[in-house]
Amino acid sequence: MAKRIDVSGLTAYYGSHKAIEDISMTVEPRSVTAFIGPSGCGKSTFLRTLNRMHEVTPGGRVEGKVMLDDEDLYGTGIDPVSVRREVGMVFQRPNPFPTMSIFDNVAAGLRLNGSYKKSELAEVVEKSLKGANLWNEVKDRLNKPGSGLSGGQQQRLCIARAIAVEPKVLLMDEPCSALDPISTLAIEDLIGELKERFTIVIVTHNMQQAARVSDRTAFFNLAAVGQPGKLIEIDETERIFSNPSVQATEDYISGRFG
Amino acid sequence: MDTTQITDTPPPAAQPTATEQKRAARGATRPGDRIFLGLSRGSGIFLLVIMAAIAVFLTYRASLAISKDHGNFLTTFEWNTGLQEPVFGIAVLAFGTIVSSIVAMAIAVPVAVAIALFLTHYAPRKLSGPIAYVIDLLAAVPSIVYGLWGALILVPHMNGLFGWLDDYLGWTGIFSWQGGAPRSMLTVGILLAIMILPIITNVSREVFRQTPRMNEEAALALGATRWEVIRMAVIPFGRSGVISASMLGLGRALGETMAVATVLSPTFDIQASLLDPGGGTFAQNIASKFGEATEFGRDALIASGLVLFVITLLVNGAARAIIARRAEYSGANA
Repeated sequence: MAKRIDVSGLTAYYGSHKAIEDISMTVEPRSVTAFIGPSGCGKSTFLRTLNRMHEVTPGGRVEGKVMLDDEDLYGTGIDPVSVRREVGMVFQRPNPFPTMSIFDNVAAGLRLNGSYKKSELAEVVEKSLKGANLWNEVKDRLNKPGSGLSGGQQQRLCIARAIAVEPKVLLMDEPCSALDPISTLAIEDLIGELKERFTIVIVTHNMQQAARVSDRTAFFNLAAVGQPGKLIEIDETERIFSNPSVQATEDYISGRFG
Repeated sequence: MDTTQITDTPPPAAQPTATEQKRAARGATRPGDRIFLGLSRGSGIFLLVIMAAIAVFLTYRASLAISKDHGNFLTTFEWNTGLQEPVFGIAVLAFGTIVSSIVAMAIAVPVAVAIALFLTHYAPRKLSGPIAYVIDLLAAVPSIVYGLWGALILVPHMNGLFGWLDDYLGWTGIFSWQGGAPRSMLTVGILLAIMILPIITNVSREVFRQTPRMNEEAALALGATRWEVIRMAVIPFGRSGVISASMLGLGRALGETMAVATVLSPTFDIQASLLDPGGGTFAQNIASKFGEATEFGRDALIASGLVLFVITLLVNGAARAIIARRAEYSGANA
């Protein structure tokens, strides 16, 4: 079910501004890959190219190739909408639909994909909420609005919503940066469980978090403000944090930089 | 007496007095704050006073007339205030006002919402600016101009539509047509729809534009198409705003005078069909009768105005209730 991502020579633009340049990497299935790097280095932009959310931004365009197993996400005739149904995303700020109940939030993606019987929906919603470690907290109030939950619960609701449609890949854009340490821990535990089923890519500013949750870590950097961000190196997380092969990575990780 | 003297002269102790503490808590000790507080509170009270004054005036003059009404004020299909025993009732006016407004809303709200969605989510920015400007211009046209346009252009061109409706939907009764001049409730409703379109469109556009980007992205990331994003995130978020916008439009439709008076050929009875000429509305009836009315006739017209006032209040109350019922699902507490 989980799929491998193969990126080669990817460059992304905002209008005439080149945001990231010539990135190539492989993301292994059933693993967690963390993107770290200073602000503005393009790691979020790169993440958003992996489910074609980048081109939603006015002026956003991409050159290069992203393969999901043997499917070219930017191939001719590929509908970005169908790409996003395969590559799910969790955002920095929890964004449940404020006008929907908890149940409807989780069911939202399924309802897009076709008609389901009520019992089928209920089954998937329960499974997804359990998968997001939220079921026990909300099972008595599935019909209450999702916006009534705490920030951490809302973020897990968003994760439940994303995994309900059984994506091949789950992208997470700083999913814990708006959460307190306890909620963060809950999400990190959840990531550990989810990687059994999904390919996970997570952007984080928290290096301890990258070290805790990821199997592989990619370090991004930019030469100067206004310059495009580049991939400096990607390696086993343990190696990146103990003995990286590029000096800039070591400088960043040890805090001697930026 | 002793106690007042004690509070009036502050003790020389370092502790602030009770009045000072109270004043500090209210935060209105600086002159700027005090002036602003006075101004804003004054404006609020002024508004209430005006509303109360209108209500008192209407009620008083209306009661003078209603007490001498020899028919039933609510159910009589007649308006004869010049008789020795005057007979008048608002049934026809209430019916006509509500029917023409319903027709106007049924046409204007879907079109306005569609325009607002097109401007905010489909049209390229180069196009949406000029279109929004033209819609703003529509709102600035005086209602008598709409009325003249309606009477001179719209009415003569309605025959085709009326014939078609009579052919295909005449069996419903609502759309049957006996072939009279199309100065009927449907024509009035269409004209009112055009008049209230700008306000509903503009307010809806503002509301849709404020849909949080992150909600739209959430829908996109689930694999929603543009229409599905609108259905999942934009319309639910804007729902209460669209209701408010519609109420603004409805308020205008209920009270519209000149355009209705110019287009409608008024009679004092109720037409079952929207296509047959006749009927009347509160505002139109007041405008066409006020000039030649006696003192008593004016009081009777004011009584009908009071009913319009009450209907408008009820409509607004209902709209607020609808919005409040879904408050916990509004985007406001996201």
